Amino acid sequence: MVTFNVNGKSVEVNAEPDTPLLWGIREHLKLTGTKYGCGAGLCGACTVHINGKAVRSCQTDLSDVDGKDVTTIEGLSPDKNHPLQKAWIAEQVPQCGYCQSGQIMKAAELLAKTSRPSRDQIIRHMDGNLCRCGTYNRIIAAIQLASRGV
Amino acid sequence: MTYANNSALSLTRRGFLGSTAGLSFVISFGGGGLSLIPEAEAKRKDCVIGAWVRISPENTITIITPAAEMGQGSMTGVPTALAEELDADWSKVTLEMAPADPSTYGYPGWGGRKSMGIYGSLAMRRYFTPVRIAGAQVRRVLMVNAAHKWGVDLKELKTEPSVVVHPQSDRRMSYGEIADFAKVPAKMPVITNSDLKKKSEFRIIGNSVPRHDIPEKVDGSAQYAMDVQLPGMVYASTVHSPVQLAQPTRWNDAKIKSMTGVIDLVKLKTGVAVVADTFEHVIEAREALDITWSKDALAEGFNSEATLETAYAEIAKAPDAEAKTVSMKGNIDVAFAQASKVYRANYRSDYGYHAQMEPLNSVARFNQSGDAVEIWEGTQAPGSSRRAIARALGLKFDQVIHHQQYLGGGFGRRSNSDYTIEAALIARIIGRPVKMIWTREEDLAFGMFRPQTLQCLETALDKDGKVTGWRHCVIGDGGRLVTSGIKLDLYYGIPNQRIELRSTSHGIRLKHWRAVAHPFNIFAIDGLIDEIAASEGLDPFAFRRQRMKMTAKAEQVFDVVEKMSDWKEKRPNNRALGLAVTERSGSLGAGVVEISLNRESGVIRVHKVWVAIDGGIIVQPEMAQHNVESGIIFGISGALKERATMIDGAVKQSNFHDYEVLRMSEAPEELHVNFIDRNTKPTGIGEIGNPFVAAAIANAFYALTGKRLYHMPFTPDRVLKALKA
Repeated sequence: MVTFNVNGKSVEVNAEPDTPLLWGIREHLKLTGTKYGCGAGLCGACTVHINGKAVRSCQTDLSDVDGKDVTTIEGLSPDKNHPLQKAWIAEQVPQCGYCQSGQIMKAAELLAKTSRPSRDQIIRHMDGNLCRCGTYNRIIAAIQLASRGV
Repeated sequence: MTYANNSALSLTRRGFLGSTAGLSFVISFGGGGLSLIPEAEAKRKDCVIGAWVRISPENTITIITPAAEMGQGSMTGVPTALAEELDADWSKVTLEMAPADPSTYGYPGWGGRKSMGIYGSLAMRRYFTPVRIAGAQVRRVLMVNAAHKWGVDLKELKTEPSVVVHPQSDRRMSYGEIADFAKVPAKMPVITNSDLKKKSEFRIIGNSVPRHDIPEKVDGSAQYAMDVQLPGMVYASTVHSPVQLAQPTRWNDAKIKSMTGVIDLVKLKTGVAVVADTFEHVIEAREALDITWSKDALAEGFNSEATLETAYAEIAKAPDAEAKTVSMKGNIDVAFAQASKVYRANYRSDYGYHAQMEPLNSVARFNQSGDAVEIWEGTQAPGSSRRAIARALGLKFDQVIHHQQYLGGGFGRRSNSDYTIEAALIARIIGRPVKMIWTREEDLAFGMFRPQTLQCLETALDKDGKVTGWRHCVIGDGGRLVTSGIKLDLYYGIPNQRIELRSTSHGIRLKHWRAVAHPFNIFAIDGLIDEIAASEGLDPFAFRRQRMKMTAKAEQVFDVVEKMSDWKEKRPNNRALGLAVTERSGSLGAGVVEISLNRESGVIRVHKVWVAIDGGIIVQPEMAQHNVESGIIFGISGALKERATMIDGAVKQSNFHDYEVLRMSEAPEELHVNFIDRNTKPTGIGEIGNPFVAAAIANAFYALTGKRLYHMPFTPDRVLKALKA
């Protein structure tokens, strides 16, 4: 049993402490917006925030988040209206969409510390998140749009 | 988007449509699926007008959308064509995914059989006319009802968005108001092509609407099969042989069954599935599973690199090798006998993996009596998937209840339901709902690959330097999977041709990969054209125009891309341009790339891409543009990086660290897409961005270095080798 906060609520997950956080979130807590892509920390589809920092939930044990605050795409904003989510819609970013929760969570970490990132800063920050549909340029545009406070 | 009711619809809609002659409002599509309700109550419900449209008294129009949604936007795009002819107010339209029922929702496919298969960029090509007719039929029904109500001649009516208007008396009735009393005929009215709008009358087609699925895809609520949760559901994952299609002979059954959470092991024909209470327990059991495999698989001992390098070359040279003529034209022998110059080159390409972001998975649940199975999967071909599952389980089509989900990428892989059949077989044996997930490693090891090829080309030029003969021999496995993209008549019109296939067979599972053989076929075709142009001292555009009989379509797209790219403009240091044709699914285009090269590391970077495309009427310009951009990125990824290798019959790569796909830092800074303004039926857009890319990069590499690349992908080791050649 591991106890932590997800999206502001205290939760208990009845699983071994070395269970990947990803499966705790997705299959135990049924918060399925966080995706399984590679299970090896290579694609970023499973990105969530732990105490505000973007991490790969497939590479994080449940025991690592004991007592910590986990934020998933479902909790990024109370009304699904985070500037990045609005920008993602404005730029019509997602295609298949499977990687996009991870992309948005990763981008949210960037904007939280760098309000007006340059194109190079965006690429450096986002480069670990794969998008097989190749929406990269639209992701960059959406982050820039969100950073301008639209 | 609600998918939950689709199974009921799919089982009963046909019967319902056939039995409601003259009646309306007797079927409810509420939360529990279809149900009969009293007519009085029904009158407050949606009016069902044909198979595709329901209209609520509140004026909401629900359009059933038939196309699998894998990111291409078809679930939104196809209904816009219907809404155009219905003259619907798009802001009042909601969409609902069609059940897996091709007899109602299929397009006329090959051999007259109706299909819902979304591959080969078929969605808009095949559905465009049928859904426009369906929309026009509903509009006609509404107008007939309004004419009857007002006692006026149908001819006096017209429509504005979601409103029927009688201009003479200045009366107006919304579609919702009409729906509240409408009588729906047993047979929908006959609509002919001449009843459809002209291009100049379009107000939805040609104007981009936002995609229906995007809001759900930015808040995490979009449901993929991976996300389905059922009460009492358990988890499974199959381990297949590293040597594809070998069969399990024995395994450490007792040890695995003693592991925490493990429920059972299920022997499948080509693998063993572990079933456990949680997915983390499935993973632990998978890792501990020790299987002995049969040694009789065809792939046993297959080494793809050595085979491509030597065995394929021997097949190419063998005078008695079995060869199948793919296509023939004119007199190829005469063309070569009379040639004043002959150019030859060989091109190689490696195996490719789909690498869709969502690893293959499905959820299956049998009913208690075991005579019907419910399936949740994201599939490119829901109808044929249902049929395949029924066949594999000895069930009837109607005993497979299918819930289509969003696809976390398709690219050709998700038109085969091998993984879903596994889920269904496991669910039947276990007697509980099962979510079956292939790990990424499994998805790759048991992949269905784009086959490797050797292509041997010979070109004859006559005394005037015109291209008169084209011999193109493809050596590889998979039939059309290695020859689909050799269609010279669509652009270059070379008078004498022989296209030939020398088939090999390695026991590796093969599949269509976005644009199938086009990317490597065009790599060879336009690689050689570029080489000949350079040898003849001509600019690549000039050579094509002067030495070949280009089609009018080709001339136009080449003209446009030449202007788009400012072809003659000088480029910065260490930058160069390359040109190639692109063709797929009825669409034709031409593309230019601008690359740079790191001569120490051998890394090629694509900085800018311009492409001009004739895709007929572009129904949804923004979605079409995104599709082409996606195709270009896919093309660059395939041209520069993607390479699956078989060693002793097993796939060497295992995850994204060694099967690399393009990352953000490697994507071009600029992608420019230009669609030719046309008034012809829409052609395929989903794959047209991909085929030119490898050829254009190789040609740009020549422009930059004077060296040719003959083997894709152009990995740094191959680039460095080419530089030294």
